[in-house]
Amino acid sequence: MNEFLLIFRRDFKTKETQPSPEELQQHLQQWQNWFGSLAAQDKLARPLQRWDGQGKLVKSNKGITDGPFVEIKESIGGLIIIKAKDYDEAAEIAQGCPVLNFGGNVEIRMAV
Amino acid sequence: MEHKELIPNLFRTEYQKIVSVLCSLFGIQHIEIAEDIVSDTFLTASETWAIKGIPENPSAWLYTVAKNKTKNYLKRNNVFETKIVTEIKHNTPLNNPEIDLDLSDQNIADSQLAMIFTVCNPCNSEEAQIALALNLLCGFGINEISDAFLSNKEVIYKRINRAKEKLKEENIKIQHPNNAEIKDRIQTVLKTIYLLYSEGYYSISQNTTLRKDLCTEAMRLTYLLIQNESTNLPQTNALMALMCFHSSRFDARTGLNGEIILYEDQDQSLWNQELIDKGTYFLSQSSTGNTLSKYHLEAGIAYWHTIKKETTEKWENILELYNNLIILEYSPIVALNRTYALSKVKGKTEAIKEAEKLNLTDNHFYYSLLGNLYSEVDVKKALEHFEKARDLAKTIADKNIISKNIEQLKWKTI
Repeated sequence: MNEFLLIFRRDFKTKETQPSPEELQQHLQQWQNWFGSLAAQDKLARPLQRWDGQGKLVKSNKGITDGPFVEIKESIGGLIIIKAKDYDEAAEIAQGCPVLNFGGNVEIRMAV
Repeated sequence: MEHKELIPNLFRTEYQKIVSVLCSLFGIQHIEIAEDIVSDTFLTASETWAIKGIPENPSAWLYTVAKNKTKNYLKRNNVFETKIVTEIKHNTPLNNPEIDLDLSDQNIADSQLAMIFTVCNPCNSEEAQIALALNLLCGFGINEISDAFLSNKEVIYKRINRAKEKLKEENIKIQHPNNAEIKDRIQTVLKTIYLLYSEGYYSISQNTTLRKDLCTEAMRLTYLLIQNESTNLPQTNALMALMCFHSSRFDARTGLNGEIILYEDQDQSLWNQELIDKGTYFLSQSSTGNTLSKYHLEAGIAYWHTIKKETTEKWENILELYNNLIILEYSPIVALNRTYALSKVKGKTEAIKEAEKLNLTDNHFYYSLLGNLYSEVDVKKALEHFEKARDLAKTIADKNIISKNIEQLKWKTI
């Protein structure tokens, strides 16, 4: 069994693509069920950690800006570490991730 | 007549009170002396009461005799004098050479709290902590404990003695824990009580009275923690709520012949409304602060089960609580229960997909769940799963329930 880092990214800025409050409520439920499902399969390698939606960005000129960032279209929505046999299984798991329903994406990295 | 009932009950409640006070006074090294004095007190009681009848206030009678026996012991025993009296003087603020056993309600409560924290010390395994708790905190004899664990007496006797020896080796102090110690150790204490309760609630022992006693004792210990300000924490109340809700169905969940009656088939009029109300009270007491313990989540789930009416709201809430519970701590049973809740919210087809991912192929509940989910989708598959479940089930009671499912399903196909 290997460990994989799953990073969820989506556009938090473009007004037109933001979910309505009802959609958001539904969205939260989807996340919760997805995490619940992963936990039920004993696939979570670490306890879940919540991250704030604010953030800061340090650029190459060492300048610091507060999030959300103009420079980056897609910000990190969250990340988890899961247990999976290989990249195929990790990708299959990522396919169920609710971030995809909002035009986001999931980046996967294997722990070595 | 009454006599027969009174002594064992009194023995149980008073035994642990007096033992706690004596142990707190003598220290862990002399725990057997404390136990001997109490046993001797009860022996005197049964002999005297058999002839003279039961005194008006049996507890007070026992306290007086215990006090006298302690004094006599201290006077008579030279070894004790030299070895322990120094320690006692050390422990008690009194310079009085005459030792007085303080059996006031307050000192009993304080000593019991100190004893709970001593018995639930993580230097012993959970299994040993439970046996020790039953013995020292609940006044259960070796016979009853081995009956509850379905273990032989020798094993239990050894387990308890080893646990006592371990406490001595580690020189665990019997003292009122301070707030930092409580914060550190309350988890272990609550877990032991929770396991003690589960032992009673889910035990495969056929002895229903004994199992009920175990549950009552676990609730009594929790109540003791609630009555003490420093241990009256949100999670303590959540645990109490959980136990009240479960216990409310105790009489409804076993049939006349001791067979298990599943939730859906239970006679709701047998649910104990008083316990449900108490559970609701403790659940509301638990919702302060910002810790959400597994007891909160389990109490929430148990609360929704006290409402028999099937609504979308009920199962959505139960699923949400199960999601949080499984994220907090993985367990196969929680994983299976979560999937059952999912079937109630999202339907059987989706739940089957999720269930098959669990892959708990050595667990009969896994196949029972699949059998249940497939019942209305694919009867042939459902039967296959139920048959696997029956093969894997370990107790006759479980096998019987599964057989009943198979019979019902076969009727459907005709």
